[in-house]
Amino acid sequence: MLHKLGRWTLRIVHGIGDFSLFTGRSFCALAKTRRILRRIARAVHEQGTVCLPVILIVGIFTGLVLGLQGYHVLSRFGSQGLLGTLVSLSLVREMAPVLAALMLIGQAGSAFAAELGIQRNTEQIVALETMGVNSHGYLVGPRLLAALIVFPIQTAVFAILGIWGGSLSGSLLLGVDPGVYWSAVHRAVEMRDLRECFIKAALFGLLSMSLCAYQGFHADRSISAAGARAVSASTTRAVVLSSIMVLVADYVVSSFFV
Amino acid sequence: MEPAHQNIALHVKDLHKAFDEKSVLKGVNLRVPRGSIFSVLGPSGTGKSVLLKCLANIVTPDQGRIRFDGCELSPGNSTARDAFRRRCSFLFQSNALFDSLTALENVALPLEQTTHLGTQEIQTRSREALRQLEMEEFLDHYPAQLSGGMQKRLALARAIVTRPELVLFDEPTAGLDPLRRNAVFAMIAKYQRQFHFTALIVTHDIPEALAASDRVALLNHGQIAFEGTPAEFSASTNPVVGLFRDSPDALARTLSEIRSNNPTI
Repeated sequence: MLHKLGRWTLRIVHGIGDFSLFTGRSFCALAKTRRILRRIARAVHEQGTVCLPVILIVGIFTGLVLGLQGYHVLSRFGSQGLLGTLVSLSLVREMAPVLAALMLIGQAGSAFAAELGIQRNTEQIVALETMGVNSHGYLVGPRLLAALIVFPIQTAVFAILGIWGGSLSGSLLLGVDPGVYWSAVHRAVEMRDLRECFIKAALFGLLSMSLCAYQGFHADRSISAAGARAVSASTTRAVVLSSIMVLVADYVVSSFFV
Repeated sequence: MEPAHQNIALHVKDLHKAFDEKSVLKGVNLRVPRGSIFSVLGPSGTGKSVLLKCLANIVTPDQGRIRFDGCELSPGNSTARDAFRRRCSFLFQSNALFDSLTALENVALPLEQTTHLGTQEIQTRSREALRQLEMEEFLDHYPAQLSGGMQKRLALARAIVTRPELVLFDEPTAGLDPLRRNAVFAMIAKYQRQFHFTALIVTHDIPEALAASDRVALLNHGQIAFEGTPAEFSASTNPVVGLFRDSPDALARTLSEIRSNNPTI
């Protein structure tokens, strides 16, 4: 029992160390990679433009639901005027960074892990290394850098649309005065809330994309599956682990700001 | 006939490699002359591809020495290994082409990432490499849109575009019919003479390798059982060489015995 626990602990510590080295190596290798701007632009397009429709849809519906539920809870205490405060702070502090990250993991992260897994399976990554091309710098680094840019932007879009969605359900459907709603939003959101929002977004972006890259890049390490099944297993692991780690990191960061 | 010492491009000495207690290479010794076509023959599963991957730094050997152009390629000497990678190309059995890049982009990639050439020069050299391999009509095609033979030519174009001094070929004719096998060996011989690189080919196609190579070696059970010229290989009385070289005759004898024992078959 103790032996198993020790082996399990060692495996986790080794995994964390290996993952940290992988992320660090990917950033350091960027300095050696040539024609990097094109790779970054492509990664920004993949995580930004391609994922924007999902962010728009989920953002607006999250705001609509938040407005609807918030109105009915607040009306019990006669505080409908605080709907703007509830919607905006919920979104800016928590829901926008977390939900946007989860959406981006589902779309861009899973695609990234699968792409790297296939490249590993078909020897494309080894081929890069035999050419003297740093595979971390060429394949992973630009995507991590793009995540640091795109995740905060997508989170901002999510939050703005969510707040607008809250005003739609609150003002148009439930009769809250739009002036009262937007004035509450204006008064509630402070600079520290925005700082928390963007720090979380950048951290979730880096963490989730690194995890997706790590799983895809090492798809061949799977002991329970090989070939196409190893790719599917690594993609699933990438999405599940990234989603869990986003929630864990959210708790840790929130505990510093609250 | 032994190659002259000063003319050796690649020198492998006492190379060992094991995977999980299973010993694959058990002291391989090779001397590949500069500017030659050198084929390593051997039955499947004897460690030919592992040998090539050790040479290409994809797999780290457990023991032994690899010297390229007089420079030691030890695992700790990253400068020598990086320099070796710039002077060496590897042609994978599966071609390992980048499936999301076009033929032109595939060929341009090593130049873009490993040289300081300008965009115009990269384009010119990439197009030239593709033209020399009669692929100029397929610049914008993705690897999946090309036939097996064209993919092989594209992989060779990518391998030679950096003008390497050594090209390692991992079973370049695997899964091809006899006509295509001949075409691939002819292509290697043609471009080896045109670009003057040293070619190390791992294969089990005996007739084609003997016809195209300057020297051959036979790898058996993780050790070099024979090394010499194709003529020496053909005349060798080494029983391991005989077993591998005369396998079609052995098959004919076995079939003849089966037919004589079972006349209805």
